[in-house]
Amino acid sequence: MCAAMTTAAAPIVVRDLTMAYGSFVIQRDLTFTVRRGDIFIIMGGSGCGKSTLLRHLIGLMPPAKGDVFIDGENFWTAPPETQERLKRRFGVLFQSGGLWSSMTLAENVALPLQEYTTLSPGEIGEIVSLKLALVGLAGFEEFYPSEISGGMQKRAGLARAIALDPDILFFDEPSAGLDPISSRRLDELILELRDSLGATVVVVTHELASIFTIGNNSVFLDADTKTMIATGDPKVLRDECPDPKVREFLTRGEFGRQVTSAVALNASEHRAG
Amino acid sequence: MEERAAVDAVRDTTRERGEMHVSRPTEDTLLVRLSGSWTLHSDRPTVAELRRQLDAETRVQRVTFETSGLTAWDSGLVTFLRNVEELCRSRQISIDRGTLPDGIRRLLDLAAAVPERQGARRGVARDPLLARLGKWGIGVGEAVSEMLRFIGEAFLAFLQLLRGRASFRSSDLALLLQECGAQALPIVTLISFLVGAILAFIGAVQLQQFGAQIYVANLVGLAMAMEMGAMMTAIIMSGRTGAAFAAQLGTMQVNQEIDALTTLGISPMEFLVVPRMLALVLMVPLLTVYADLMGMLGGAAIGATMLDVSLKVYFHQLQEALTVKYCAQGLIKSAVYGVIIALAGCMRGMQSGRSAAAVGQAATSAVVTSIVGIIVASATLTVIYLQVW
Repeated sequence: MCAAMTTAAAPIVVRDLTMAYGSFVIQRDLTFTVRRGDIFIIMGGSGCGKSTLLRHLIGLMPPAKGDVFIDGENFWTAPPETQERLKRRFGVLFQSGGLWSSMTLAENVALPLQEYTTLSPGEIGEIVSLKLALVGLAGFEEFYPSEISGGMQKRAGLARAIALDPDILFFDEPSAGLDPISSRRLDELILELRDSLGATVVVVTHELASIFTIGNNSVFLDADTKTMIATGDPKVLRDECPDPKVREFLTRGEFGRQVTSAVALNASEHRAG
Repeated sequence: MEERAAVDAVRDTTRERGEMHVSRPTEDTLLVRLSGSWTLHSDRPTVAELRRQLDAETRVQRVTFETSGLTAWDSGLVTFLRNVEELCRSRQISIDRGTLPDGIRRLLDLAAAVPERQGARRGVARDPLLARLGKWGIGVGEAVSEMLRFIGEAFLAFLQLLRGRASFRSSDLALLLQECGAQALPIVTLISFLVGAILAFIGAVQLQQFGAQIYVANLVGLAMAMEMGAMMTAIIMSGRTGAAFAAQLGTMQVNQEIDALTTLGISPMEFLVVPRMLALVLMVPLLTVYADLMGMLGGAAIGATMLDVSLKVYFHQLQEALTVKYCAQGLIKSAVYGVIIALAGCMRGMQSGRSAAAVGQAATSAVVTSIVGIIVASATLTVIYLQVW
């Protein structure tokens, strides 16, 4: 297993986490650290529990076993007020945007500001316009989510996720359903947010292009052994990880074919020689 | 033209056919010759025929194929060959795939490439009766505890409201008030008026025998004020608004909108359930008063047209019969019904599964749950009234 370096006051530390629905275990013994300023990729085959892991990190599902530490505080054993305080530092983009369908885009982005700040409606309106402009949706304030395309819904969801300038951003499959150019633009936006906001970003994805463009730390979940089999920089994992499953995933199957043909070549050489 | 007609006629009358011939070239080999058109549209033999041939022959160890006479094939042939492979596997006979055409062989290889996942196939075996009863009982227990948990959380959220600290949007509340209150007036009018008229009609038949038809006013007035106004309104609202709440919240659950609220630290109870409860608690009693009035008017209409009870006499009787106590009893019931409808609708919505069918089920369940709750509450309150009032 490839390990990453750990730092003292890391934003997210996961220790011996086991996730289960009742008695059905999804993943067990997950231990990893998300460092400040990381863009951390949670990856793995379909159905391995990536989105479920995300739900454990953002406070939507308690673990069957193990701990999640946010900035040194144990999230799931903390009292509700502490949990609320920690949750306020998250910004979450859900897979389909998660926009409230009965509110306009402006109202969607404004709600967190109304709840947690004492700004006047005018000031809130300015911030809403700014956030929507940052994601390229200036002018769409009065549109309802059902009136805009899927890609625009995601961007609006992102605007809402960054409304309170969060420390930690979570993205659940942000490129799903986006065309290559939009996906690239979203990647650039994520990098920009990390650089300008100083945010730590956790991304659940299996888009290889995005993983290599933005990711600098990662964890690989395996559906068969139901545990993690690698952590570290995705580019390093692709080139050097001892586990063939990880390398095959990160090279889109190329590694597996090379191994097979190398074995065949060896075998034929052996027979010939 | 004639030629074309002739060709079309031939095509219609001759259906394509596929044929299979079996022979024994050597002691342990069975040769299957496939010819003709083996497509889904053609008449072709089934694997049962091959099974019969295999039963007739003994000590077959290998099956090979000869396909030079094959004119066309599609999935029809591929599924036949898969069945043949299954049959041979069960009898420990090997199959020489090399004698099949290239395309077919590749399809068969592809279908077998990813092994069937163990345990994924769902069996239709049913548990024995006792096990099913047990599971049902456990399910009921869990459902009851879920319900109690929901009611408790809703109550706590309502307390926050009384402390002035519940976080929901007043624009949401205003819209809900309009939807539950003003927009329900037409249907409440229609139904209450008719219920009042029906009550008057049924009562009149009996009262006329004693010449006491003037008391139809008492009958309708008291029935509406004490029970029927509240209950009919509540049942209307449960179908109209309870189902709507369940569908709204169920769809929000599917779209992860409720998750988005939770991760932002906004309590879905306070944001979604409290305004709905508040809207119904305020509107259902008001609608009940209106329904009572409409019911009495319905009775008056019957009285005036069928029973020769003039409006003046009717309303005089009403005034004599109705007291504040009876009206209050009905109004308290209506407030309780409002809470029940809101709780049932919101609870079923938030418990909804993540598919379109599940949202529909949630709406149905909301209506059934609220109606059951309404009847139980009505009986309970009636008993309480009898004891203490």
